[in-house]
Amino acid sequence: MNNEHLVQEISLDEMLVNQFDTQFELISANDIEAVTALRKEAMTQFMTTGFPSSSDEKWRNTEIEAFTEENFQYYLTPMEPERDIEDMFRCEVHNFDTEIISLLNGWCADKKPGLKTLPNGIVYGSLRQAMQYFPEIVARNYGKIADFRSNGFVSINTAMVQDGVFIYVPDGVEAEKTLQMIKMIDRRESLFVQSRNLIVLGKNSKLSLMHCDDSINHFKSLINTVTEVFIGENAHFELYKLQNLNNQSGLVNSTFIRQEANSTVKTNTLTFNCGMIRNNITVDLQGENAHADVLGLYLMDKKQHIDNQIYINHNAPHCSSNEKFKGILDDEASAVFNGYIHVARNAQKTNAYQNNNNILLKPTATINTMPFLEIYADDVKCSHGATIGQLDQEAMFYMRSRGISSSNARLLLMYAFAADIINQISIEPLRQRIDDMVKKRLRGELSVCEKCVLHCGMPEKEYHFDIDLSKL
Amino acid sequence: MENIPGTNILDEVTQGDYKFGFYTDIENDTAPRGLTEDTIRFISAKKEEPEWMLASRLKAFRHWLTLKEPEWAHVHYPAINYQNIIYYAAPKKKEYASLDEIDPELLETFNKLGISLDEQKKLTGVAVDAVIDSVSVKTTFQDTLGKHGVIFCSFSEAVRNHPELIQKYMGSVVPYTDNYFAALNSAVFSDGSFCFIPKGVRCPLELSTYFRINAANTGQFERTLIVAEDSSYVSYMEGCTAPMRDENQLHAAIVEIVAMDDAEVKYSTVQNWYPGDKNGLGGVYNFVTKRGLCKGRNSKISWTQVETGSAITWKYPSCVLMGDNSVGEFYSVAVTNHYQQADTGTKMIHIGKNTRSTIISKGISAGKSNNSYRGLVKILPAAANSRNFSQCDSLLLGDRCGAHTFPYIQARNETSIVEHEATTSKISEDQLFYCKQRGIDTEKAIGLIVNGYAKEVLNKLPMEFAVEAQKLLAITLEGSVG
Repeated sequence: MNNEHLVQEISLDEMLVNQFDTQFELISANDIEAVTALRKEAMTQFMTTGFPSSSDEKWRNTEIEAFTEENFQYYLTPMEPERDIEDMFRCEVHNFDTEIISLLNGWCADKKPGLKTLPNGIVYGSLRQAMQYFPEIVARNYGKIADFRSNGFVSINTAMVQDGVFIYVPDGVEAEKTLQMIKMIDRRESLFVQSRNLIVLGKNSKLSLMHCDDSINHFKSLINTVTEVFIGENAHFELYKLQNLNNQSGLVNSTFIRQEANSTVKTNTLTFNCGMIRNNITVDLQGENAHADVLGLYLMDKKQHIDNQIYINHNAPHCSSNEKFKGILDDEASAVFNGYIHVARNAQKTNAYQNNNNILLKPTATINTMPFLEIYADDVKCSHGATIGQLDQEAMFYMRSRGISSSNARLLLMYAFAADIINQISIEPLRQRIDDMVKKRLRGELSVCEKCVLHCGMPEKEYHFDIDLSKL
Repeated sequence: MENIPGTNILDEVTQGDYKFGFYTDIENDTAPRGLTEDTIRFISAKKEEPEWMLASRLKAFRHWLTLKEPEWAHVHYPAINYQNIIYYAAPKKKEYASLDEIDPELLETFNKLGISLDEQKKLTGVAVDAVIDSVSVKTTFQDTLGKHGVIFCSFSEAVRNHPELIQKYMGSVVPYTDNYFAALNSAVFSDGSFCFIPKGVRCPLELSTYFRINAANTGQFERTLIVAEDSSYVSYMEGCTAPMRDENQLHAAIVEIVAMDDAEVKYSTVQNWYPGDKNGLGGVYNFVTKRGLCKGRNSKISWTQVETGSAITWKYPSCVLMGDNSVGEFYSVAVTNHYQQADTGTKMIHIGKNTRSTIISKGISAGKSNNSYRGLVKILPAAANSRNFSQCDSLLLGDRCGAHTFPYIQARNETSIVEHEATTSKISEDQLFYCKQRGIDTEKAIGLIVNGYAKEVLNKLPMEFAVEAQKLLAITLEGSVG
């Protein structure tokens, strides 16, 4: 079954280039023409640049070599699951009914058919299948905003990826249920995993999507995901990313979003656990009056590392964006935030806001924050801020003087800090669940989940701190 | 926009010419074009330097050859041909005992610049060291300063008379390995100023250096070294101009400051190199490395800069806060116009406990210029209870210019507090309307608003400079100076 992969001893990039040369037919077997053509261009690009390294300015603070110089397996055909799929992807968020798309090790794991069409016309499922059934939609959008020249990870993804999620919402359709993409890594060996998502929202449509990255076991893996989202005029899109992988894993997540006029986007990236995470989020505001909320929360400890790179390109007038990332860093965790607001010459009347707040809990924790503004239009309102600090001593004192233990007071303050982001989740059951997860995470009870991230051990019971709030 | 009366004034005010663009015909002693080890030996021999100085130059040169020109700054310019520059140009006649011996042309130059090297300065209480085309031509008030034990002289004089101080401090803050332009400067620097304030002395005068590039095709590479011993204080000012020329001239300087226990150094700059003409032709490339080391406890270094000149500015006056309780400050107004590009800011590196730093940066961009703030705040693990506050505001005059902010904040200590905030805006219609309603015309109103906007920084300048800077800012906007 795994005769496709080559013997390890060579480096990851060499192995991938080799596989590309020798197995190109297998890689491109399900392609439409446009995708095959892109693969070749992207590979040529990858062969000149290779994977980024920490000597590149944009990767300076992330030691990506710890992953790109490792030995991984890369499979060109789906693998047999090692445990029961149904059980693995059962999601138990109470009062929260979702349509689930499951991916195992980068491949769509749903039972047939791999592509579902809902009565209202929404299509979702495997990208491989979509190339067969909706070639024109794929051809029109695939690779159009995820520029394979932007970095080595996007190039290798464009060159070699074979599956991922496809979602299409036709004009005027509002999705009733939240779609939930669960990406699970479960394999008793070190894997390099790639997947590619293409999401297209028609005019006046609406969709909310959850994107969960999870791992079950404790093997090292490197996941390279590229997501392209096209949002039509007056369409509304919400994206919740939950990242909860083991401490050995690396995740490089590149999300490209293009917004047409009057559309709104809200992305919320919630990182609970992972060895190394790099989130590249690019939002292009192409049409007038578009609005983007780009939010994030990261709670890191041990030797974890998170690197958020957020590019917001204001290319049209009268758009607004609101970017807010908050993080709590414990132990030897390190975080990087690099926000980039680019206001083009003609994007007058832009209103852009960017903020990054951090709390360091230990002397060994590290934060690098770089909130950048690049502005070429004069009639704009742009501001940004960044803070690094610790828990408010006066607030601590207030609570301690009212008999709240120092550990509880700490928890409450951290929770209050994080609540700012959590409260922006507009789906109530999900907000509650995430609220509980954050509380558990802050108490150190949430590590790698046994199953889906949303199981959370005791899904039925609401989670409270042991604090008598009446005293406050 | 075009139809609103008064808005065109923005175009008008941003299209002025450079006032200091004259050229003085002084006979020069120059090195041949190009840069080789021979050039360096030539410079060193011309200056009759000791052997150790030549060795240190050659070491820097060999290191420079291994380096690549940095590309990360947000500026664009055609590649510099380092072999097409004259690295040494000195006014021919040297060693003036009194003012009478100075070339009258040279005196005229300084009169035009508004700096008189003669006794008039006594009234203003400023000691001046004037550097023209890389060579220090005149230092005033040596006697007064000597009484207090203050050493203020040209760099080459210091190499001759105080070699132990130079050897001890030169390169201790900006080593030759620091960056591309620092290495170049360490190899070819021709002169500069040296200033030493002994223990417990509060320098009785404001010290000032005036730099001018005069000869064609020359690069200016000066070096300033300021050492403030325990409990001393000095306020140091620096000004610069250059003639108008079509080609670009390179200016790569190094400024080093060392402040010991309880010492305070205040360094103010009004930078007005030739910025190029309206079409972006010519102008000075200003690639400067400035850094201060707060070595002792409770020491303080404060940088204040008003940047109006240069085609390209690449400049990050920094503070290394090593001593406990030391303080670093950075106040900056940077104005860019026409095709000027500025990438400027600061670095605050917190090493000692309870160190504090403040950054106030005001960028004003007009015409087709690009103005970037780039600053680093770094808190190292030992810097317990350190504190930083940064504020970077940008003001855009016109819709063809760019204003950018690139802050880098790195914290490695959980007890430190770092705050950064920035805004970008244009002159508000409301403010203009308010002024005009009260009979203030648009041009004056803009001047008023811009001055108010920059006030926080201008207030930090020493009196003499504040007046000059305010005028410079006003003139820039009036359209008579670029």
